[in-house]
Amino acid sequence: MTSTPTTRTSRAQAQATDAVAEPVIRVRDLRMSYGSTEVLRGVDFVARRGEVVALLGPNGAGKTTTVEILEGFRKRSGGDVEVLGTDPQHGGEDWRAGLGVVLQSWRDHGRWRVRDLLHHFGRFHAPYSTPDRVRPHDTDELLERVGLAEHAHQRINKLSGGQRRRLDVAIGVVGRPEVLFLDEPTAGFDPRARRDFHDLVHDIVDSDDTTVLLTTHDLDEAEKLADRILVLAGGTIVADGSVEQLSALVERDSEVSWSLHGQRNVHTTDSPARHVAELYAEHGEDLTDLRVSRASLEDVYMELVRRHESGDADEAVHEFAKGIR
Amino acid sequence: MNHATSNAVRAGAARGLLEFRGTFTNPPDLFGYLYMPVLFVVLGFFLSGEEVDGAATNYGAVTYSGGLVLMLIMLGTLAVAQVLAAEREDGTFLRAKAIPHGMLGYGVAKVVHLLSMSAVAVALTVVPGLFLVEGFGPPSWGAALTLVWVCVLGLLAMAPIGATLGALISNPRAVGLMMIPIMALLMLSGVLFPLELLPDWVLTVARALPVYWLGQGVRAGTLPTDYAALELAGAWQLPAVAAVLAAWAVVGSLVALRVLRRMARRESGSRVQAAREKAMKRVL
Repeated sequence: MTSTPTTRTSRAQAQATDAVAEPVIRVRDLRMSYGSTEVLRGVDFVARRGEVVALLGPNGAGKTTTVEILEGFRKRSGGDVEVLGTDPQHGGEDWRAGLGVVLQSWRDHGRWRVRDLLHHFGRFHAPYSTPDRVRPHDTDELLERVGLAEHAHQRINKLSGGQRRRLDVAIGVVGRPEVLFLDEPTAGFDPRARRDFHDLVHDIVDSDDTTVLLTTHDLDEAEKLADRILVLAGGTIVADGSVEQLSALVERDSEVSWSLHGQRNVHTTDSPARHVAELYAEHGEDLTDLRVSRASLEDVYMELVRRHESGDADEAVHEFAKGIR
Repeated sequence: MNHATSNAVRAGAARGLLEFRGTFTNPPDLFGYLYMPVLFVVLGFFLSGEEVDGAATNYGAVTYSGGLVLMLIMLGTLAVAQVLAAEREDGTFLRAKAIPHGMLGYGVAKVVHLLSMSAVAVALTVVPGLFLVEGFGPPSWGAALTLVWVCVLGLLAMAPIGATLGALISNPRAVGLMMIPIMALLMLSGVLFPLELLPDWVLTVARALPVYWLGQGVRAGTLPTDYAALELAGAWQLPAVAAVLAAWAVVGSLVALRVLRRMARRESGSRVQAAREKAMKRVL
């Protein structure tokens, strides 16, 4: 839970020294209704340059709707939205050049060869090249980075599911976007493929200072990829903060577990430090494999969704907002 | 045209040529484009014994020119609609939408692909016909030129109809339903049977449609000059052919662009996802 991939150190440092990066995505009171059903009831958040933000929430919470509105693929019912300083509803082609969208491939372009397709999509970005952001990525270099170099001349319908998703990412970032949208990027992945995918995303966005907004209902994924987590439930953002900030909000007893003469023990307490001290005083060196765990993101999330579903959603929102700001 | 749009047009043209090449390496696609020429060569060959009253040609040649018209109509409507419906369902279209000027590139690619594939299909119909079907072929160089512009203008007049229908149909497997209006169009083209057999008001309708004029233009380009006497007007009306086809091409394109824009606006990841889930259910 606390382990952070080494590639992220530079990003963390950059954020520490330059605390207020400019906002790249700004959402205020976003509302969306389908007929009489209100899916989004006033969503507010900001994502800054270089930030990786995960939008977490149960199925049907409106995650995809939110992302599609930001991508300019869906008209909203109300509220103010700005992506790269422009309202997505009026964003032209030049605005789109700053965006990257990782789409779920299915059977499109099945007969194309991997390199041909990536190269083709890259061409559209060439007019938007600037000296400090050369566009597009070199096709072969990018294929190398996503691990598809040896499949460059293969037909896309011959790729495995994981390889296709890598190609999807490559297509999403070929224009070196300032903002990247990932909607449920690893749905249906096995754990190994998921980890590879996370490494890939880190690698690619770190070097370009790309702002990433990803949706997921996988807590683990949110924790691994994101600098900040937004929990969307009941049509509003009910929590906004780092994993640590979110955990601190849910008052939970810590769990202390240890082994003694090969026997595993677990104890739940509100003062883990004292318990550990007592254990050590009593057992000394016999005490092994000691572990103290706080509420996990999963606990936090379940608690949030539970509160929301039990009807005190508004109360929960206020409580969390108070806690973080 | 600024740098970004001209760049997208070039990228789109390259895509069209790549897809054109790809068609030749894909047997089912290739068959789709080529079975009709083969069918009509056989038909024309067997019917060439039946002389037409009042013109120095035979029913083989007349049927064969009708086959060419049929093919142009199918390429312009059914093939276009099919590609559009399928590529919208599978997300090809959405990919184009997600990149700058991607829709422009996509459109250019489709036009390039349609025109290049049609050129091949027309050539593969006309050339064997010259040798194997007696009485078929342009009577002069002028007629040959007529055939070329009629084919190009005819495709440009038909393609917007196909694109509009393809944009309105959300399920690619429903494209078969399109055969109903297309068959109706065919009957009014004078290709399947002589139009004199139809009541006057139907003829009036037929004269407003592009297929009738496409048929006449192709006949003017491929049948002996005196066949003109058997047309409704008793003569070739080439200026009218050009005017009606051009009008359909222009008005059709304007309508198609509106419909396509509306369709494109509505396209999103979740729509493709929904289409995918629906398709999966059908498979299971």
